[in-house]
Amino acid sequence: MDGHPVNPEPHPQQGLDAHLVVVRGTNPKRGNESATDDSDRSTHRRNASRDDQTFRLDLRLRVEPGETVALLGPNGAGKTTALRALAGLEPLSDGGIILDGALLDRPRNSTGTGTGNNSANTRDRWVPPEHRRIGVVFQDYLLFPHLNALDNVAFGPRRRGTGRAEARGLAADRLARVGLADFAKRRPSQLSGGQAQRVALARALATDPALLLLDEPLAALDARTRLDTRVELHRHLAGHAGAAVLVTHDPVDALMLADRLIVIEDGRAVQEGDAEAVTARPRTDYIARLVGLNLYRGTASGRTVVLESGTVLATAEPLDGPAFAAFAPSAVALFRDEPDGSPRNTWRASVSGVHRHGDHLRVQLDGPLRAAADVTPAAAAHLALAPGRDVWAAVKATEIRAYPA
Amino acid sequence: MPTARTRRRRRIPAALLAPAVLGLAFLILPLAGLLARAPWSELPARLAEPAMLDALRLSLVTATAATALSLLFGVPIAWLLARGDFPGRSLLRALVTVPLVLPPVVGGVALLLVFGRNGIVGSWLHDRFDLTIPFTTTAVVLAMTFVSMPFLIVSVEGALRGADTRFEEAAATLGAGRWTAFTHVTLPMIAPGVLAGAVLCWARALGEFGATITFAGNFPGRTQTMPLAVYLALQTDMEAAIVLSLLLLAVSVIVLASLRDRWTATP
Repeated sequence: MDGHPVNPEPHPQQGLDAHLVVVRGTNPKRGNESATDDSDRSTHRRNASRDDQTFRLDLRLRVEPGETVALLGPNGAGKTTALRALAGLEPLSDGGIILDGALLDRPRNSTGTGTGNNSANTRDRWVPPEHRRIGVVFQDYLLFPHLNALDNVAFGPRRRGTGRAEARGLAADRLARVGLADFAKRRPSQLSGGQAQRVALARALATDPALLLLDEPLAALDARTRLDTRVELHRHLAGHAGAAVLVTHDPVDALMLADRLIVIEDGRAVQEGDAEAVTARPRTDYIARLVGLNLYRGTASGRTVVLESGTVLATAEPLDGPAFAAFAPSAVALFRDEPDGSPRNTWRASVSGVHRHGDHLRVQLDGPLRAAADVTPAAAAHLALAPGRDVWAAVKATEIRAYPA
Repeated sequence: MPTARTRRRRRIPAALLAPAVLGLAFLILPLAGLLARAPWSELPARLAEPAMLDALRLSLVTATAATALSLLFGVPIAWLLARGDFPGRSLLRALVTVPLVLPPVVGGVALLLVFGRNGIVGSWLHDRFDLTIPFTTTAVVLAMTFVSMPFLIVSVEGALRGADTRFEEAAATLGAGRWTAFTHVTLPMIAPGVLAGAVLCWARALGEFGATITFAGNFPGRTQTMPLAVYLALQTDMEAAIVLSLLLLAVSVIVLASLRDRWTATP
C-alpha cells in the first residue's frame, strides 16, 4: 500500500488525508473506563489479561472531495475504530488527520505506542468531535428518541449556530430530499428501519459536513428495505460534495456504494482499489470468500505457480515471483476417472461437503488442493457425490488467474 | 380432574403462605385502622382549622424547596458518580448514601453541630451575615434536603448508568459540546428517572421528622411540619392526629400511584 505522507502543517489540500494509528491494550487505564469500582482488584486482573492481546490499527487514508471510500473487512478488523478516530470519538495513538487542510488530531510523540490520553499536553493538536466538520451515520442510527424527525435533523444546524426557525426550515428541506417530508413530526420509535436510516442520513448531511462517515449504514435493515435504501443512499452519496468514508462488512454495499475499496484485516489495509480490481484479484481469503473465488498463495515461475502446499498449477499468463492464483468454483470440472486431453490441472480430491448454492451445488473438495467446485444437480447425481467420495478435479489453465502477491 | 387454577393454588406451600398472609395483615391493618377511626363527618371542618392548614402549607413549601435544592445539587452529584472517572468515587458514593441509613435524629444532631451558632459554618454565618439557621424554616428545608437528596441521587445515577452514552457521542458529532449534550440529549432522555427521583425525594422530605425536630425544633407556623404536628397532636388531640395522618397517607398513596410503574416494576 502506498500511503500519502501526512503533512504536519495545515495545507490547502481539500478532502481527507489521514494516517490512523490506534493502539489498544498497552495502557491498563483504558480498560478501566467501564469499571465501576476503581479499587476492585479483579478489575485490575482483568485489565492485565486484556493487555496481552493488543490491537493496532494502522491505516493510511486519502479521500478526495466527492469521493466515497469503503473500508471493507471482517468484524474486529478495526473499521469502526478507524471511523471513530476520524470522528474524534477516539484519539489517535500516532499519525494524524487532516480534513480540508485543517489538522484535527495529532499526538505529540509519534512513537507509535500512544496512551490514548487526549489531554492537551500530549497532543500537538486535538479538535473535539463537536468542532469537526463531520457527519456520522451510526450503525443503529442513534436518533434522539425524545425528538421528532424534524428536530433530530435540525439538531446539528442548531448546535452550529443556526436560528431555530431557519434550522427547522433546513431540516424540513433535508427530510424532503430523503422523501420523508410527511414524517417530520414522527418520533424515531414511530419510524420504520428504512425511514430511520434516511432520517439519520438527513441528520448527518444537514450540517454540510466536509467528511461524511457511515458505519454499516444498511446492516440493521431487512433484505428488501436494504435493496431500496442502498439505491437511495447511492444517490445521496453521489450528491454529497464532501468526502465520504463507509464502513461495512458487506461486499455488496461496498461495491455498489463506494468509488474505491480498502480491504482491512487485523488493523491493516491488505488491498485497495476499485470494485473491479478488488473482486477480480482478491488478495485475502476473506475477499476471495466474499466474491466466491478459490484463492492460493504461491510462487510463480513462467506459466506455473508452485503453491505453498507444494501443488503446481498451470496458468495461461506467464508470471514470476510471489503470486496469487485464483479460479472460480464454476471453472472446476469433476470426473469419476482421471480425465485426459488438453493440458490442464487435474488432481485427485475427496468430497468433504455438498451444499445447495443457487441453482447448482457447491462441492467442497479436500486433498492436495482444498477448493470449492460448482456442479449441476444432474452432474452431482451422475457422479454420486457425497461426503467421503473420491473424485478427479480439473481446471483449465486459462481459467486460472495468476497475479503478483 | 383438577383445573389449572386449583392445581396452581395447591402449589403454594403453607410454610410460605401463612407468614405472607400474616405479614400482609400487619402492613395493611394499621392503615385500615386509621381509616376506621377517622372522624369522617367532621373531616372538612377539621381540615380547615388554621393550625392544620399552617402545618400543611409549611410541609408542602419546605418539601418542595428541599426537592428543588436536591435537584440543583443532586443531579450534578449523580452525574459525577455515574460518569466521572476519579479516584475515590466508590467512597464518595458510599458517603452520599449514608443519610439513607443514618437515623434522622443523628443527621439532625450533625446538622446542628455544623450550622449551629457554635458550628463551623454556623458561627461564620452568624458573625459575617448575622444569620442564624437552627430552629428556622430554613433549617427545616436543610434537614429535609439532608435526608432526602440521596434518594434523588441514587435514582438519577441509576438512570444515567442506564442511558446509552453513544447518544452523547452522536450529539458531539452534530456539534454539541459536553454541556449542551447533557442538557439537550442526556437530561431529556433520563427525565423519567429524574422525575421519579424527585417524587421520591419530595415524599421523603414530606415525611421527615427526626432531623427536623432536632435541628429545627417544633414551632407552629415556622418549623412545625405535618409529621411534627401529628406527634404533638397525639398527646393532646387524638382526632387531629388522625386527620393529619390521613392527609399524609393520602399524599403517600398519590405518590405511590404516580410512581406505580417504576416503583412496583422490578428495576
